Amino acid sequence: MSDRRDFMGMALGAFTGLGALGALYAAKRTWDPLPSIKAAGFTTIDVSKAEENVLYTEMWRGKPIFVLKLSKDAKPSDAPNGNNANAYDDKRLITINGHKFFIAIGLCTHLGCIPAYFPEEHKFKCACHGGEFNMAGEVLKSPPPSPLVIPPFTIEGQKLVLGESGPEYKKLLAAGVVA
Amino acid sequence: MAHFDPNARPFSNKWMNERLAVDTLKRVLSTEYWIPKNINFLWAMGMVLAATFGVLLISGIFLLMYYIPDTKLAFDSVNYTIMSEVGYGWLWRHVHGVAASVVFLIIYIHMLTGIYYGSYKKGRELIWISGMLLFVSFSAEAFSGYMLPWGQMSYWAGMVITNLFSLGSLEFNGLVEWIRGDYVPGQAFLGRFFMLHVLLMPLIIIGLIVLHFGTLRMPHVNNKDGEEYDFDAEAEKWKAGKRKESKVIPFNPVFLSKDVFVLGIYFILFFYLVFYHFEFAMDPVNFDPADPLKTPTHIYPEWYFLWSYEILRPFSKDIGLIWFGFAQVIFMLLPFLDRSPNVAPANRRRPFRCWFWILVVDMIVLTIMGKLPPTDPTFALIGKVAAYTFIGLWIALPFITMKEKLVGGKK
Repeated sequence: MSDRRDFMGMALGAFTGLGALGALYAAKRTWDPLPSIKAAGFTTIDVSKAEENVLYTEMWRGKPIFVLKLSKDAKPSDAPNGNNANAYDDKRLITINGHKFFIAIGLCTHLGCIPAYFPEEHKFKCACHGGEFNMAGEVLKSPPPSPLVIPPFTIEGQKLVLGESGPEYKKLLAAGVVA
Repeated sequence: MAHFDPNARPFSNKWMNERLAVDTLKRVLSTEYWIPKNINFLWAMGMVLAATFGVLLISGIFLLMYYIPDTKLAFDSVNYTIMSEVGYGWLWRHVHGVAASVVFLIIYIHMLTGIYYGSYKKGRELIWISGMLLFVSFSAEAFSGYMLPWGQMSYWAGMVITNLFSLGSLEFNGLVEWIRGDYVPGQAFLGRFFMLHVLLMPLIIIGLIVLHFGTLRMPHVNNKDGEEYDFDAEAEKWKAGKRKESKVIPFNPVFLSKDVFVLGIYFILFFYLVFYHFEFAMDPVNFDPADPLKTPTHIYPEWYFLWSYEILRPFSKDIGLIWFGFAQVIFMLLPFLDRSPNVAPANRRRPFRCWFWILVVDMIVLTIMGKLPPTDPTFALIGKVAAYTFIGLWIALPFITMKEKLVGGKK
């Protein structure tokens, strides 16, 4: 008698367990980003008219994207890599039509606030928790743990296409300076 | 065995007792639930909290009728429709906002009362733990509610707090995107936080309140001297008519009448705030609609989260996260970190008395520093020292309480 009841109990437990696992998986998938959100996502930015040392903010996948054309005399103060002489040589910069550009996702790597650009100091400063970055997005002052993130891009003439990994992006990726 | 008197008048006392045991319920839950006499107004804070939760629930029901959880419409549905079109919509909003802020003040008083009188040990551990679970749930409820008007503070608080789940250098960005349902807070984010705020969190909170009351039943509430009572014997004295001699009173109607008096004073202050000073609960920055391309110049949480925010802020990302996590769970462990056998008010427990008051002052300092911008180095330093003090206090607690001498109850 009790064997039969044990069996019923175990059978019920097993089926409910399976059902619970299935329901948990469905719940997890319901919270996933929708396919339409994941698929949305190539932004083209024309940089031909960009002026030197003026920060342009574009939007890609809902995030702000910084585009900054560097002036020839740009000197980020206290660059962490000792590159004080001229920001022009930084590995994280990209060249479009002979000009050096810095592009990055404009969210502080600490907790995601948008740092403001101070053109006279050539610095990004975050108002939330006091983090600072140089013109190449490298950290000058904690708390941000890592440089500003460079999004996947490809260069088409004087245009930047975000969301696609072009050869220049792959080069940065190989050099380990992207993230 | 069920016996139903066929002659009992419908809904008469007898008829109800046979079907619902109303007299037994009333006796067990209220008229023979015993409360010590030796208490003060701080013992009414539980009922003040329950009443405030009721006020939040009722005002929330009215707000829910016009609020629209859509990123394009949410801001106007609150700031235009509810505030200027709906009859008395402003009243529900101000009641809801003020109550959400004040409820944390009362929670902190309730918590500190428990710490001061040692009401978390010797059988009262579960009261403390269920209470701390309520604090965590109220925090989640407050945060999810703060998202709903979809103003600048809503959006950027949502951004910053969900980013905490990347767990620093572990870079769990997939988890953050999963929580948001998007790369940044958007429609999916607003929809799910709306659900959490109006359904799931309130259900959890109501369940925890029942549990919290349940955990009180066996150990009973503490008293001003931490004295251990024989509740059965004291109850017998009361029931035998020796009311002066008995150390206890029944919850209903004797204790409840004192509760209602404190509630009366509380609600005078509460409605003074609702009608004349509601602005303290309404951050001006949140009257700008959410803008993903512009961070407000200075982001800070509501006042009740400032102390733990200040434990996060002065450190580098990973260290800050570790201490922030520490601050979130450490109160939960209080019954096990306090090694002393004494259940007594803090003023009779020597090193613990200092510990308690340093903790109170330190949390106030953290709260003030958390509100200030991160740019001033002096204040940043004070904040850092206060954060280290907080951590140090909790690490020191087991050691200073281990050596504590046994103190008697009332002298």
